[in-house]
Amino acid sequence: MSHRYFLRTAALCAGVAIAACSSDRASSRDSATASTPTASASSTGTALTGAGATFPNPIYSKWFSDYAASTGVHINYQPLGSGAGIRQLQEQTVDFGASDAPMSDTEMAHARGGAVLHVPTVIGAVVVTYNLPAVTSPLRLTGPLVAEIFLGRVTRWNDTRIAALNPGVSLPATNILVVHRSDGSGTSYIFTDFLSAVSPTWNTSPGRGKDVQWPTGLGGKGNDGVSGLVKQTPGSIGYVELAYAVQNHLPAALVQNAAGTFVAPSVESATAAAAGAVAALPATTDYRISIVNAPGAGAYPISSFTWLLLYTHQPNAAKGRALVDFVHWALHDGEKSTASLQYAPLPASLVTRLDSSLARVQIGGA
Amino acid sequence: MNNRSGADRAYAVFTTASAAVIPIVVGLVFIALAIAGWPALRQFGTSFITSSAWDPVAGQFGAAPAIYGTLVSSALALLIAGPLALGVALFLVEFAPGWLREPVAFAVELLAAIPSVVYGLWGIFVLVPLLRRYVMPFLADTLHLGNTPLFSGPAYVTSMLAAALILAIMILPYISAVSREVLRAVPRSQREAALALGATRWEMIRDAVLPYARSGLVGGLMLGLGRALGETMAVTMVIGNQHQISASLFAPGYTMASLIANEFSEATTPLHVASLMAVGLLLLVTTFIVNAGARWLVWQTGRSRA
Repeated sequence: MSHRYFLRTAALCAGVAIAACSSDRASSRDSATASTPTASASSTGTALTGAGATFPNPIYSKWFSDYAASTGVHINYQPLGSGAGIRQLQEQTVDFGASDAPMSDTEMAHARGGAVLHVPTVIGAVVVTYNLPAVTSPLRLTGPLVAEIFLGRVTRWNDTRIAALNPGVSLPATNILVVHRSDGSGTSYIFTDFLSAVSPTWNTSPGRGKDVQWPTGLGGKGNDGVSGLVKQTPGSIGYVELAYAVQNHLPAALVQNAAGTFVAPSVESATAAAAGAVAALPATTDYRISIVNAPGAGAYPISSFTWLLLYTHQPNAAKGRALVDFVHWALHDGEKSTASLQYAPLPASLVTRLDSSLARVQIGGA
Repeated sequence: MNNRSGADRAYAVFTTASAAVIPIVVGLVFIALAIAGWPALRQFGTSFITSSAWDPVAGQFGAAPAIYGTLVSSALALLIAGPLALGVALFLVEFAPGWLREPVAFAVELLAAIPSVVYGLWGIFVLVPLLRRYVMPFLADTLHLGNTPLFSGPAYVTSMLAAALILAIMILPYISAVSREVLRAVPRSQREAALALGATRWEMIRDAVLPYARSGLVGGLMLGLGRALGETMAVTMVIGNQHQISASLFAPGYTMASLIANEFSEATTPLHVASLMAVGLLLLVTTFIVNAGARWLVWQTGRSRA
């Protein structure tokens, strides 16, 4: 009897742990609740599933675990990539998706559950990093110049166009080695979105995307692959996301923004970019907006939202209510813990507008 | 009696079913990939195999660089690892003193137990810097091979050469383990007969041992080649992932397996997904053709000698 009881409890624990937790801290709580099966069985609808972007996964994991601790609602999130998140949302195999790039009109049209609401959650920034041992102060670059380098048209570090922006810096007479991401990623999307915004040539080809046809350079897999190549190769230039650059103390170039200022990438300058972009938003926005090259003196130009994706009509009342409640919590309480993980919080003006959009989500009913 | 024939029949059915599972699984994989990849193959036709343009933004897909990279990196790896593995196996079976045999065999087989991501990390942090600092300058400048197409151009960090070397190290234990077993299975009488006819040790190996073991040795090479064709993680980390066909081994390239690993998770347009599925199909077909070709080669040479 005790043997069978143990087996059943163990199976339950394992099942709930697999279904409902992504972090180790959450799993101990899950097995505690699972040992009282009646409680977890009666509260159906308090477990949500989601899938999507890997870039915001650290902050999402923290949110889900904090939210489960305070409300008992478990959210299982699979960081499979933005593409997989969109596909699973379209097929309705998850309750919500997450993406670093907004869904295209075609992708929206293929969503089986109807209209999709894009909810910006945090802001990410992409850092241009480089390996120039002799250069000690941060390099200054303009958007068009970064595009020229990644197009393979500016090939030497002592090119007059780089030197003109960096007076007094001794630039080596060596070739520039371009390093980009080889795997499809939101980081590449943000970076190419910026290059498309500032360079007409880049906009024509290769254009913006999670994978593009890179005209030159080497591909590294992941932020670690790119930074590994950059660290090892003097004369190289690459791009990684802000949190990764800060944690690994990578050199970061100052990039000129739309207002003409050279801005260092940081949590504050990324939020400033969002504030600048949101101020210019029309009243009827669907939040599928790019904030690269945003107006504002302090705005870092290579910034972007990352989005949670949910259907505006939630047929399952319990799940729909839980989802909307969570998103509301994330936008208000969750935002406070973003900076510790090097994500930029949303500007307050945007949160107010999102509240009203969230209130219009239709819950339950036919 | 009756009971025994029943057991026999059950045994026969079980083994037949087990054997049938493998072709069925391969067939199902082939069909699934063909269906999923069909939209891409229909849209691009033969240019999917001949074109070098892989542009997800514009919706243009051509897998030629990946096919080329897969074949070249695997062939090179086999060229490097094959003789080395055969040497290891011959040494262990024919020459090594008893006390050395087991430790060396153990060390070689340990190579097979290292996860491929560890090979990739080792490749990018140890092998690649060594290549760039010493091997590539040596090949290009000291040996004056820099003017030949094979070793021309700037010494990039990650390259086809790095991928081939990583693959060679990874497939070495497979080939040498199989070769060692095959060589050990050569009957003692075969060796003694050759020695009795006045052969030296080397002549004995060349004329009595290797011909006897040939088909088994080729089997070991095929196992290694199969592993090299499909290897993903380690190659992705050191090959440079650039869609280009370059004669130079110093230039970056791409392989079919790393293309799928890189792009599948973030592919959203149906055509992009279909193209990656079609690349998977091509990889399966390539592996099949290479294996069939090798078997045919063995069969041909075997027949002409007999």
